[in-house]
Amino acid sequence: MAQVVLENIDKIYPNGFHAVKNASFTIEDKEFCVLLGPSGCGKTTTLRMIAGLEEISKGTLKIDGKVVNDVEPKDRDIAFVFQNYALYPHMTVYDNMAFGLKLRKFPKEEIDQRVKNAAKILDIAHLLDRKPKQLSGGQRQRVAVGRAIVRDPKVFLFDEPLSNLDAKLRVQMRSELKKLHHRLDATIVYVTHDQVEAMTMADKIVIMKDGVIQQIGSPYDVYFKPKNKFVAGFIGTPPMNFLEAKVVKGDGGLWISAEDLKVKIPKEFEEKLESYIDKDIIFGIRPENIHDKSIYKGEHTNDVVKGKVDVAEPLGSETLLHVTLGGQYLVAKVDPTTTAREGTEVELILEMETMHVFDKETELAVI
Amino acid sequence: MTKTKLIISYIILIIISLFFITPFYVTLITSFKSLNEVSIATMWNFPKHFSLEGFIGAYKKLAPNMKNSFYLTIPATIISAVLGSINGFALSKLKFKYSNLIFALILFGMFIPYQSVLFPLIRFFQKIGLYGTIHALIIIHVIYGIPITTLMFKNYYEEIPDELIEAASIDGANLYDVYTKVLLPISIPGFVVVAIWQFTNIWNEFLFAVTVTNNPAKQPITVALVNLAGSQVVEWNIQMAGALIAALPTLIVYIALGKYFIRGLLAGSVKG
Repeated sequence: MAQVVLENIDKIYPNGFHAVKNASFTIEDKEFCVLLGPSGCGKTTTLRMIAGLEEISKGTLKIDGKVVNDVEPKDRDIAFVFQNYALYPHMTVYDNMAFGLKLRKFPKEEIDQRVKNAAKILDIAHLLDRKPKQLSGGQRQRVAVGRAIVRDPKVFLFDEPLSNLDAKLRVQMRSELKKLHHRLDATIVYVTHDQVEAMTMADKIVIMKDGVIQQIGSPYDVYFKPKNKFVAGFIGTPPMNFLEAKVVKGDGGLWISAEDLKVKIPKEFEEKLESYIDKDIIFGIRPENIHDKSIYKGEHTNDVVKGKVDVAEPLGSETLLHVTLGGQYLVAKVDPTTTAREGTEVELILEMETMHVFDKETELAVI
Repeated sequence: MTKTKLIISYIILIIISLFFITPFYVTLITSFKSLNEVSIATMWNFPKHFSLEGFIGAYKKLAPNMKNSFYLTIPATIISAVLGSINGFALSKLKFKYSNLIFALILFGMFIPYQSVLFPLIRFFQKIGLYGTIHALIIIHVIYGIPITTLMFKNYYEEIPDELIEAASIDGANLYDVYTKVLLPISIPGFVVVAIWQFTNIWNEFLFAVTVTNNPAKQPITVALVNLAGSQVVEWNIQMAGALIAALPTLIVYIALGKYFIRGLLAGSVKG
């Protein structure tokens, strides 16, 4: 049982920089929790506070039910995997992994068994005699993870561990870390700025910006029910389209209206938008929920917009159309059989059941 | 155009280097002459008969003092390097209040002229009964070495990523473990640079040596070298051979460790 609880945690540096503001969340036992956000959002600082590498200015941190604010990192029973691996350059892979156990005075046979076991799991058994400088990036990464798992800690902390790897290796390590999580049954806190990593690996995502937690939820939640414009724009590639528009009353109900844009709001959203009639809002829709009308086979009504294609990017499995729409700008991820080309006009269908509306002032999600 | 430029610059460089080599040339040839061959008139000439008379004479007179110099230089170098390394570790890796101020104060020690502390220093050593001993010189050189060794190690350790220290502290290392098991093993290039620097400076130092030690039997080689010229007739061949003998250990240290010296100086300043 290793639950990590943050209660109203603040980090203020001596120079006055307020890096983390009133962070509260719980990481359940055996949960894979990802702290996600752009650089400088305070996610690494939060992780370092959990590790004890950074002092907590205000608030309470509990690991396994015990307040650990003033507990030394080595006594918190955690393991930390650093972004740059931080392997001991003068030690072999074996000694790198055994170092923590030796310091904790484990019996020799047990150290040997644990190191060899971890090496087997990570497929680095043949590298045990090498020094870090003789290893590739991916292998160093495995050693860094190995150094963490031999200790069998309550909580694993990962600080952007994949960011130094090339794209292909990153995908591979991603699935390996996920497998490892199931195998170890461990509580993991994982920091990244890569939303794909977060979506694919996390049980729970904590999205941060400027030191403030924006949303806590499952990958499904943060993708389909973003709480504000920042979350909506941060999760998903290409990001969600945001168009400035108005809610207006018209034929048979409410409509979203802007220059070159007039689409019907589905009935189920009308109640929530009553108070926004004739007011400016931000209309959001994801590129994958926009289709090329000329090749769309499903049924639809009152949801067509017409714009001019600026750029068409064929990606093989789909084509991205960058479309201007009355001075605003939209990206659509459409079927690759589209005939739309640069400079041509295109009619697009917006799947209005998937629409989002954000308050223009607060940027909080209305729908 | 470029070729003539190149030739001209080579000529200039050769002239300058000849200018620099001249005294060494005179020292070298004179040291291989016998005493009766030494004269102002023939000082530029090669020795007619190679003689080791100068070297033998110089060695006989300087050997005990050379031993003194080793007794002084080796411990003083090691102690000041170790202290500098510990200081460098504390000042670069442990964040504590006023560490920058403390570092500035330590550095200030470099700018205290030797002459200004000479009299109080001698009085102090007389009081504690160490005046006239090699031990006193060791203490002086260790203390005078701390600022520069601290500076060198601080710069060296600042290139080492903090994560390495943090990883060790999460692995369960206390401060002593971090220093001895993680930092020290990767400090060898730093130690080489500091050791060469300290060895050369302490070996060649004269002012403290001549003032703090008064008994010729206890004086380091630099003082003894000057004393060779003490009598009415200066035996130039012995004098020159003595100078070469006195310079030999630092020369050997440079040749043996010089490769690391350059590497140590550049470590971290150049990426990769």
